[in-house]
Amino acid sequence: MTKVSMTVNGKAVSGEVEGRTLLVDFLRQGLGLTGTHVGCDTSQCGACVVHVDGKAVKSCTMFALEAEGAHVTTIEGMANPDGSLSTLQQAFQDHHGLQCGFCTPGMIMSAAALLAENPRPSEAEIREYLEGNLCRCTGYHNIVKAIMAASGQDVSSIAAE
Amino acid sequence: MPDGGIGASSKRREDVRFLTGKGNYTDDINIHGQAYVHFLRSDVAHGRIRRLDTAEAEKMPGVLRIFTAADFEGVGGIPCGWQVTDRHGNPMQEPKHPVLAEGKVRYVGEMIAGVVAETPAQARDAAEAIVVDIEELPAVIDMKEAVKDGAPKVHDELESNLCYDWGFVEENREAVDEAIRNAHHVTTLELVNNRLVANPMEPRVAIGVYDRASDEHTLYTTSQNPHVIRLLMGAFVLGIPEHKLRVISPDVGGGFGSKIFHYAEEAFCTFAAKAVGRPVKWTCSRSEAFISDAQGRDHVTKIELALDEEGHFLAIRTDTYANMGAYLSTFAPSVPTWLHGTLMAGNYKTPLIYVNVKAVFTNTVPVDAYRGAGRPEASFQLERVIDKAAREMGIDPVELRRRNFITEFPYATPVAVEYDTGDYNATMDKLLEMADVAGFEKRLEESRKRGKLRGLGINCYIEACGIAPSSLVGQLGARAGLYESATVRVNATGGLVIMTGSHSHGQGHETAFPQVVADMIGIDPSMVEVVHGDTANTPMGMGTYGSRSLAVGGSAIVRATEKIIAKAKKIAAHLLEASEADIELKDGQFTVAGTDKSVAWGDVTLAAYVPHNYPLEDLEPGLEETAFYDPSNFTYPAGAYACEVEVDPDTGKVEIVSFCAADDFGNVVNPMIVDGQVHGGLGQGIGQALLEHAVYDENGQLLTGSFMDYAMPRASDVPFYKVDHSCQTPCTHNPLGVKGCGEAGAIGSPPAVVNAVVDALQRAGHDVTHIDMPLTPSRVWAAMQQG
Ligand code: FES
Ligand code: FES
Repeated sequence: MTKVSMTVNGKAVSGEVEGRTLLVDFLRQGLGLTGTHVGCDTSQCGACVVHVDGKAVKSCTMFALEAEGAHVTTIEGMANPDGSLSTLQQAFQDHHGLQCGFCTPGMIMSAAALLAENPRPSEAEIREYLEGNLCRCTGYHNIVKAIMAASGQDVSSIAAE
Repeated sequence: MPDGGIGASSKRREDVRFLTGKGNYTDDINIHGQAYVHFLRSDVAHGRIRRLDTAEAEKMPGVLRIFTAADFEGVGGIPCGWQVTDRHGNPMQEPKHPVLAEGKVRYVGEMIAGVVAETPAQARDAAEAIVVDIEELPAVIDMKEAVKDGAPKVHDELESNLCYDWGFVEENREAVDEAIRNAHHVTTLELVNNRLVANPMEPRVAIGVYDRASDEHTLYTTSQNPHVIRLLMGAFVLGIPEHKLRVISPDVGGGFGSKIFHYAEEAFCTFAAKAVGRPVKWTCSRSEAFISDAQGRDHVTKIELALDEEGHFLAIRTDTYANMGAYLSTFAPSVPTWLHGTLMAGNYKTPLIYVNVKAVFTNTVPVDAYRGAGRPEASFQLERVIDKAAREMGIDPVELRRRNFITEFPYATPVAVEYDTGDYNATMDKLLEMADVAGFEKRLEESRKRGKLRGLGINCYIEACGIAPSSLVGQLGARAGLYESATVRVNATGGLVIMTGSHSHGQGHETAFPQVVADMIGIDPSMVEVVHGDTANTPMGMGTYGSRSLAVGGSAIVRATEKIIAKAKKIAAHLLEASEADIELKDGQFTVAGTDKSVAWGDVTLAAYVPHNYPLEDLEPGLEETAFYDPSNFTYPAGAYACEVEVDPDTGKVEIVSFCAADDFGNVVNPMIVDGQVHGGLGQGIGQALLEHAVYDENGQLLTGSFMDYAMPRASDVPFYKVDHSCQTPCTHNPLGVKGCGEAGAIGSPPAVVNAVVDALQRAGHDVTHIDMPLTPSRVWAAMQQG
């Protein structure tokens, strides 16, 4: 067991982990931050996406020890400081961008990273960017729409509210 | 009328917790002192276990106990919930389905042993140290091979690999044969309905807990129907009475059918928790899910459609081989039979129909219901053969459908169901407008200029939802009733709790059900809360599948709320010193008709629990009612779908450029949620049509056993969809007039995609009449090379 320390959602945290402990397991089991999900074991689904030093990372694909000293943000750290939903989270609710909610944390984290680097992505750019995030419930329609809306684009002409 | 009643696109209240990481999924639950199980699974499809030695593994660090079949002596097999009778009147062949493999393994993924240890890693390490020597036997994978004389048997004790040979309607068999023999035209189509993996994004999880003090078992499980699991596991597997067994399914990350069934892992964790004296948790990995979740579809079919000179349908004959996998999963036998054969009439007047289904055991993962379950298989073959017939006879495919539409309701089909209501021309009209079919030729030209082939596929679908009338399904072999339940508990200060037997795993019940109750009483939906997913605090219910939650579960909620209102009116009458018959409830106020005398909802609920001024001689205090609703018929959502594709002539790659769905779901409670359900179904249907395929090699190894090999639809594979449900013919036999919308998209879309691709190829001069799904670039390209 080795000690690991990092900043998660603005708070300094530390814990004992094995060399093989994945970041996602440290977040979920070590810190009780169960908003980050595990949907696969081949790094395909994106349910586990978090931000490490500002970059979207699949936390199932990184050892906890590799995040030593890093700034990690998880879905639990994405709401506004007063606890209300962020613009992106609110857009997902407004446009029904989630059903079972299991892919949602990863979708939000990926979408936030996309908007940080491309504040007004086109439909095609969003679909392309979400290549590593699977959703089985929504058929992606309302996810793409929500992200466009969160970036300030008019989505009223997109079929079917 | 309150804001957010029936018909409002209310935002979902459950979203807030899901969007902030506060969802409570089963894997998020950890019980103090829990141990972890890892299962040793068979890596061969068929074999005899010669030796199973756990001695070394037991000495590994952290191991608490290793279980094998010997530990489960005296424990029942995993039961099947439906018994199909074959066409000779005999019951289906029903092999034992042990919790852990007994002597033989029958598919890759079957559980041989379960290691319980202090940590997941220790359990996994110890499972690898178990010595297992399996004598490999020849595996049967192909269904037609499996039923040949002399084929290796999946179950030695059965006569053959044929589970049943079902004929429906058996009395029509000869008449159908004759009609086909004498018809002006017969169109024949052989096709495969490709095997799929449901893949809800949340893998399954089970946690068994045993309380020595009370002798009570609790199972946390990712189920669509916790009561059904409690009944099946308690009564048939472990022999635990319901009052000593609690099943909890908290937030569940999608199901699509695959989380209906009772799985051996659930029984294992419940059993092991008592045996080890510690809570036992199992979290399925995705790789494990691919070889242990029941899979879907997998039909091989030949359909013949007989037509007269004008294109009127005269008869349909269809022969299907349906894969059961190695064991009978909970509802498996019903899927290719009663959920498939009864839908073969589609939206059309066909006087004679005969459906034959041979269900076959193979050395593969069990196959059971997946979104649509039987109905997509029916729709696909019917809508494909109609398209083919239209082309053969030179009739426009839409016109051919219209010529045969059922237009008068109720309509009794020759396959034993009665459609209560519908308007297939209306949804078709709507569709043609949405899809701008009139402008297709112009778009075709544009595509041509860019060197692309373009095609348009149109089809209808119908499904039977709102599953199901108990007495009817009982006659058909169901070993369960299919009612739904609700308790509505009104609190003293006027808030309500709906305790429902339905289960939400993405469908938005926590938002939609309160809309219904709030609308009926005239209060704000925020006063209504939904409790579901826990057998300890909900009435016995059958859960969520078959697009039944609103049609059946919602009806139970309506009935319970009606009882609440009836009693509340009595209380109001007492408070207002008026006759009960004169009391009207509107906007949360009880008024004496024709006067301005009224009491508020909250006054009445308070009186019910503080019965100082209360008719105690005639009426019990309190305000809580339960209703069980058993539907008198199925509901029949139907619609018309259009898909437009572009095909790259050099690579065979198909791009869906537009997809339109015009559905008739009857009345709609929350249009936003309904649209979302259709979107999701379309995503899965397009996935089936273009991408997804569970492929086994001849040795029974699943070649598509991860998201690297099994092509799940991604955001870039699908377009924005156009969906509409403004054509509404309300269901005539449930109180809300609703039909159900959960499966429509997955049922209606695969034929639209294939029709569109075939259309594109034919317009480009290729002599192609069918391509089996998934329409991968290589299949489409190969089809273009051949004709
Ligand atoms: S869990 Fe990390 S990509 Fe699937
Ligand atoms: S909302 Fe269920 S997987 Fe995306």
